[in-house]
Amino acid sequence: MPENIIEAKGLRKEYSGYPAVKGIDFSVERAECFGFLGPNGAGKTTTMNMLQGYVTITGGTLRIFGMELRGNERKIKARMGVVPQENNLDPDLSVMENLRVYARYFDIPKAEAMRRAASLLEMMSLLDKKNEKITRLSGGMKRRLMLARALINDSDLIMLDEPTTGLDPQARHLIWQKLKEQKRQGRTMALTTHYMDEAAHLCDRLVVMDQGRILALGSPQELVDKYARGSVVELPVPRGGESEVLNALAGADYDYEISGDTLFINSADGDSVIARLARFTKGGFVHRPATLEDVFLKLTGRELRE
Amino acid sequence: MRDFFRPPQVGRRAFKVWQRNRDAWLKFYKASLVGNLAEPILFLLAFGLGLGRFIRNVGGVPYIKFIAPGLVVSAAMNAASFECTFGSFTRMSTQKSYDAIIVTPVNIDEVAAGDILWGATKGFISAVIMLPVLAAFGLMDSPWLVLSPILYLLMSLMFASMALIVTAFVPSYDYYAYYFSLVISPMFFFSGIFFPLSTLPPWVMKIAWFTPLIHAVNVSRALATGHFYGGLAVDTLWMVVFTLICSWTAIKFIRRRLIK
Repeated sequence: MPENIIEAKGLRKEYSGYPAVKGIDFSVERAECFGFLGPNGAGKTTTMNMLQGYVTITGGTLRIFGMELRGNERKIKARMGVVPQENNLDPDLSVMENLRVYARYFDIPKAEAMRRAASLLEMMSLLDKKNEKITRLSGGMKRRLMLARALINDSDLIMLDEPTTGLDPQARHLIWQKLKEQKRQGRTMALTTHYMDEAAHLCDRLVVMDQGRILALGSPQELVDKYARGSVVELPVPRGGESEVLNALAGADYDYEISGDTLFINSADGDSVIARLARFTKGGFVHRPATLEDVFLKLTGRELRE
Repeated sequence: MRDFFRPPQVGRRAFKVWQRNRDAWLKFYKASLVGNLAEPILFLLAFGLGLGRFIRNVGGVPYIKFIAPGLVVSAAMNAASFECTFGSFTRMSTQKSYDAIIVTPVNIDEVAAGDILWGATKGFISAVIMLPVLAAFGLMDSPWLVLSPILYLLMSLMFASMALIVTAFVPSYDYYAYYFSLVISPMFFFSGIFFPLSTLPPWVMKIAWFTPLIHAVNVSRALATGHFYGGLAVDTLWMVVFTLICSWTAIKFIRRRLIK
C-alpha cells in the first residue's frame, strides 16, 4: 500500500486556452485531511474536479491510490466519495432510496446497501427522515445526507467541495464532528473551503492557491507562524500617519500592511510592538493571535475577486 | 473530432442508470400511463370516427383502421422524445443527477446510454399499452402483430437517441419548442399516418424518406395489415442504421457537454 493517497506532479488544466491550473505539485497522505484554500478563480474547484475525473487533465501526472488516474477511473472512483459544492441529491427519490440507488452504482448488493444506508442515516442523525422527500430536508440535513451518500461505498478517500457553505453554526459544527470521526477511522480527505476556521479546525495540511498556482503549503500552524508571524496588532491610524508609527518600530522584526485606516502589524512578539507604540494606542487597538485568515489575505491580497 | 470516432465506453452499468429512472418512474407510473394512452386514443377517436365518416376507406381499408398503426408508433415517438428531452435535461441540468452518477464507477457514456434505454422503454410502453385498446376496437387482427414489439423497441431507441442529441446542445427547456414544432410535429403530419403520401407531389415523398417516422409507420402498417411490400427490409435497415448513428452521436455530445 502506498503512503500517499494522492500524488500530483505538474498538474495542469487549460479550458480552451485559458490556464485554470498552471502546473501544481502536492501529495496527500493516508488518513490526512488536506485543504485547498484560495479566492474565487484560484483553481481549487478545477483541481478537485480533476481529482474526481470530472474534468480532463491537460498536463502533468495524477496518481490516486498509487494508480495513474487516466485508465483507472473506475477502480479509483469505486473507492472514492464525493460531496460537490452544490447538493445533487435525487429529488425523485426519498432519503433512503437516494442511498440505495447510489449504492447500486457501486455494485453493492441490495441487502448490504440497506444495512449500510440504515447505519449511515443513524450516524448522520437522519434515520427518522428515511422516508422523507429530499425537498423537505433542511440545508444541514441535505448536507449530512450528501456525506452519508459519499460514504455508502465505504470510501477510502472523501472529496469535499465547500462542505459547510450556507449552513448555520449548529449544522456546521455537526458536519465537522462527523468529518473528524471519519478521519479517525482512517479515511483520507481532500477539501476546499472559504472558511478559514473550518480549514484550521479540520485540515492537517493545506495549500493556499491563487491564479492556478500553489502559493504556500503546510500545516495551519506552520503557515500562521511563517506568513503571519504568530500575532497581529491592529491599530487605527489617520491617513498618512503610518510613517510616524512605523518609525517608532524601527529595528523591530515585523511585517505590516495598511488597509483602509487600519495598520496591521504582524510579529512574533506582539507585546513588544504594543510597548513601542504606547503613544499611538490611545484610540484603541486590537492585539490578537494571528489566524489562517491573516495568512490568506497576506498571500492573496485584499482586492475583491469576482 | 478524433474523440468522436473513438467507440463509446458502454458496459453493463448503463443498466443501473436505467434502473434509477425506472425506480423514479414507478412512483407515479399510473398517472404517466393515463397521459400516454389518452392522447393517441383521442386522435384515433377524433380522426378515425369523426373524420372517418367522410372518408370511406383508404385503399380498401376503413379510415380508422388505416390510421391506427401510425398512431401507435407516433405515441412511441412522442414518449421517447419527451423522455430524452425534458426528462433527460431535468436530470442533467436541473437536478444534476448526471454529475452525481459520474463520480461513481458509472461513466458518462453509460449515463447517456442508460437514458436512451430508458427513453426507449417509455416509448415501448406507450405503444404496447395501446395494443389491447386497438384490439378491443377490432382494429388489430393480423397475426404479424406479435412482431410489433420489436418494431416499437427499435423505433423508440431511434427517437430517444435523436432527442438526446438535442439535449446535448440546448441551453434551456425553451429550445425544445423548436425541436417539437420543427421536427417532431411535421413528421407526425407528413409520415403517412393520416393519408398516403402518394397523394402529395412526389418531392414530398422524397424528403419524407430521409426522416425517421415514415419508416416506422410503413413497417407498423405492414405488421397490422399483413400486407407486406418490397421496401420492408429497407425501412427496417434504415431505422437500424439511423439508430446506431444517433445513439453514438448522442453519447459523444453528452460527454462533450459534461466533461470539460
